[in-house]
Amino acid sequence: MEKWYLMTIVVLIGLTVRWTVSLNSYSGAGKPPMFGDYEAQRHWQEITFNLPVKQWYFNSSDNNLQYWGLDYPPLTAYHSLLCAYVAKFINADWIALHTSRGYESQAHKLFMRSTVLIADLLIYIPAVVLYCCCLKEISTKKKIANVLCILLYPGLILIDYGHFQYNSVSLGFALWGVLGVSCDWDLLGSLAFCLAINYKQMELYHSLPFFCFLLGKCFKKGLKGKGFVLLVKLACTVVASFILCWLPFFTEREQTLQVLRRLFPVDRGLFEDKVANIWCSFNVLLKIKDILPRHIQLIMSFCFTFLSLLPACIKLTLQPSSKGFKFTLVSCALSFFLFSFQVHEKSILLVSLPVCLVLSDIPFMSTWFLLVSTFSMLPLLLKDELLMPSVVTTMAFFIACVTFFSIFEKTSEEELQLKSFSISVRKYLPCFTFLSRIIQYLFLISVITMVLLTLMTVTLDPPQKLPDLFSVLVCFVSCLNFLFFLVYFNIIIMWDSQNGRNQKKIS
Amino acid sequence: MAALTIAAGTGNWFSALALGVTLLKCLLIPTYYSTDFEVHRNWLAITHSLPISQWYYEATSEWTLDYPPFFAWFEYILSHVAKYFDQEMLNVHNLNYSSSRTLLFQRFSVIFTDILFVYAVHECCKCIGGKKVGKELTEKPKFILSVLLLWNFGLLIVDHIHFQYNGFLFGLMLLSIARLFQKRHMEGAFLFAVLLHFKHIYLYVAPAYGVYLLRSYCFTANKSDGSIRWNSFSFVRVISLGLVVFLVSALSLGPFLALNQLPQVFSRLFPFKRGLCHAYWAPNFWALYNALDKVLSVIGLKLKFLDPNKIPKASMTSGLVQQFQHTVLPSVTPLATLICTLIAILPSIFCLWFKPQGPRGFLRCLILCALSSFMFGWHVHEKAILLAILPMSLLSVGKAGDASVFLILTTTGHYSLFPLLFTAPELPIKILLMLLFTIYSISSLKTLFRKEKPLFNWMETFYLLGLGPLEVCCEFVFPLTSWKLKYPFIPLLLTSVYCAVGITYAWFKLYVSVLIDPPVVKTKKQ
Repeated sequence: MEKWYLMTIVVLIGLTVRWTVSLNSYSGAGKPPMFGDYEAQRHWQEITFNLPVKQWYFNSSDNNLQYWGLDYPPLTAYHSLLCAYVAKFINADWIALHTSRGYESQAHKLFMRSTVLIADLLIYIPAVVLYCCCLKEISTKKKIANVLCILLYPGLILIDYGHFQYNSVSLGFALWGVLGVSCDWDLLGSLAFCLAINYKQMELYHSLPFFCFLLGKCFKKGLKGKGFVLLVKLACTVVASFILCWLPFFTEREQTLQVLRRLFPVDRGLFEDKVANIWCSFNVLLKIKDILPRHIQLIMSFCFTFLSLLPACIKLTLQPSSKGFKFTLVSCALSFFLFSFQVHEKSILLVSLPVCLVLSDIPFMSTWFLLVSTFSMLPLLLKDELLMPSVVTTMAFFIACVTFFSIFEKTSEEELQLKSFSISVRKYLPCFTFLSRIIQYLFLISVITMVLLTLMTVTLDPPQKLPDLFSVLVCFVSCLNFLFFLVYFNIIIMWDSQNGRNQKKIS
Repeated sequence: MAALTIAAGTGNWFSALALGVTLLKCLLIPTYYSTDFEVHRNWLAITHSLPISQWYYEATSEWTLDYPPFFAWFEYILSHVAKYFDQEMLNVHNLNYSSSRTLLFQRFSVIFTDILFVYAVHECCKCIGGKKVGKELTEKPKFILSVLLLWNFGLLIVDHIHFQYNGFLFGLMLLSIARLFQKRHMEGAFLFAVLLHFKHIYLYVAPAYGVYLLRSYCFTANKSDGSIRWNSFSFVRVISLGLVVFLVSALSLGPFLALNQLPQVFSRLFPFKRGLCHAYWAPNFWALYNALDKVLSVIGLKLKFLDPNKIPKASMTSGLVQQFQHTVLPSVTPLATLICTLIAILPSIFCLWFKPQGPRGFLRCLILCALSSFMFGWHVHEKAILLAILPMSLLSVGKAGDASVFLILTTTGHYSLFPLLFTAPELPIKILLMLLFTIYSISSLKTLFRKEKPLFNWMETFYLLGLGPLEVCCEFVFPLTSWKLKYPFIPLLLTSVYCAVGITYAWFKLYVSVLIDPPVVKTKKQ
């Protein structure tokens, strides 16, 4: 590629922004006794390094599960163990059993931050670069611009490098999965995605589209011939990779069950904290969390999730295409985020990743969504004292999108991919010509609300009776936006295939 | 919607570049800052709380006011904004005060005043010839120039990490250069006079300004062979130039003259009590001289030519002391450095006088003045290399030869700034930013001049690539070796000497190109 140097520059900009954000505070800095996610990750290093594998997920005198017990799948535990070996080499105090609790120092922060950067550099960033290089029908310059915008997405940077988590690992594996599956390296793709699930169980949000897409591919090849072979191969890959990851825990039944119990804590309730999904927003009007019994909540949330993602998944199985696959990833993850049980505000990153992937297809809507998704985490970011980096990276991302995709010029029905939808509506409602203008106004309203709410949250003190007023408002507004996006993405998925068929008819 | 589009600057690459770098500067706010942060805080306090008559006498802090009066006034104005952030920082006795609001204010004041720099870059881009209009935006000289200036690595780390106010000062300088290019000589002279009263380090390049304005502005015409036509001398122009400079100086120094404090002001501005070299040797001629002296003394000791008892202790134990005593070679006095500097500057000045080549010739002379004084000056800071690098960017997009010199100069010059940031969290930042700038400048200039001969010969390529291993040795390998405690100065010494070679080479190459360059442009100007 003759523009390799621009690609290098873009990656370096991404890295610089990541490292500068990491100079800021992290979650739970200097806040005993529980601290935050930073301490959780450090604690897992301590546990995995000092205890035998069998005790990792069990409560014991050395492993108090109430204090940041391990509740992620085995791959995370192995990663912690790896980091712990490095930590031991540098300073054994960082991971000493019991005594290292709540350990904080400048050097340790530097170490933790660099583990995130290295994991990101090895897994997520190469996947982004490769994904954009594999994009068809756009110029080299656009590909590079696309890499820059994806790498500048503020949500992921702020959570990984500010708040402190390793989302780039699981999202990176998922991205490798998407890359593999859409380039027809199905086995590699499914292997990568299995790794993603085994790193973080939340990746299950993406699992249905993967399943449907691969199944659809098998159907397309004919279930009696090549398709069946592929299906068997895929099944073997998935089973093998799962067994490999879970090997130490398959020795006893109780071990496996305990890990599963830790991964899916059903008894923790419908939602925690303030999260921008349906249940939390609805809770403002009606306290469903307290009124309904736990199992009803569970069934209810399952039904809603299932119903909302069903159409898109059926469509994908019947007409598998890599474009449809990306959009289905978005809508499924969004359904899970909005309706499923026990959702965290950070889970919006799982929706943002596939939205980043369609940035070059629908730049206007993707940029809008990515802005809203970052905004929805505002209360969390404020708690971690990340206001400054949040504002700066969001502005940088917005400017990058505006400059490279000129998003404001791409608001026609054609470019919003709503052409076929509005044509079919116009059959019944001939005067339906204002769709694109409505969307522009909605964008304006949405952005203005977000800016105003941010300003209010930062400058005003909430009234004493309602201490959570602003964070609830933030969640409510974001939730409304997300509902709109769910409808939008479903419309695109549903009408896109028709459009394809029409084109085939014409040709 | 349309208004929003315009406000967001759709498709306007310049504002995107400027905004981008501004946001990067904001991200750098929580980074390490040097004692210069306290210096400027102290000056805020002095100018805010004391009458003018005390400004240049106050000595509670060791960081006394040692910039010219305009800078003091600048701090005075800033202090009136500062009081809304944190009143405490304006107390002279509040030494080393750095609350988070103080930090925010000081950092933002640098970022905000950089607006002048951005404007100056914009003006410079206008006057740099757009002869080669490439198809792609990224290959246009204007685009490359604005990236080279706006995203300059040195300026970013010196101003926004290390902490200083070079941005708007260089803005003034670039603006005055741009005005000279636009034939608005009076404005250019005015801006430069103002600049001199902000920071007197710019005196280094004053000869270039003086000679150029005299030769190409006060003499209104040349003979057909380009030599001077004495009868075209314009008294009006000389007098108006003189008046401008005089008025600016009067405004700046007048109050202190009235208070009869001028000697005190000057004694603060030009302290000759410091040593030949800074604690970390700036990569210039004297670094090479000192290194040679050290090598000779070690050889002398080995071969028993020197008596170990007669050698001054300081020179053997450490290279980090301010007063460096030479053992073998003769010691250097301030007067000697002054004479060396003058001798080094003279040929370029002659060139400017006898071979006038319009503003480009002036720019070359200015760069040579800056570089020569960097090479031979007394107590030169490594940061002073920016004085040559930034104007050189303007030349680099014009000619392949200049681009080659520019790349060697910037890469080594920027690398020599590395010791400014020695804290671990800033290590990735400086390496990433350096790579960012170096890769961009080399690749983009190579693309711009791809039709001409390669920019580097094998020797230069080898030298520049050597910076990588040098960095690895100095910052990654050396701290793990046992020499760390015994010879802590070795990384600094290596860096300084290695960079001094490159900068000397670039200086030499540029000088040769200026001296042998045939005067082509002169026939145009008749």
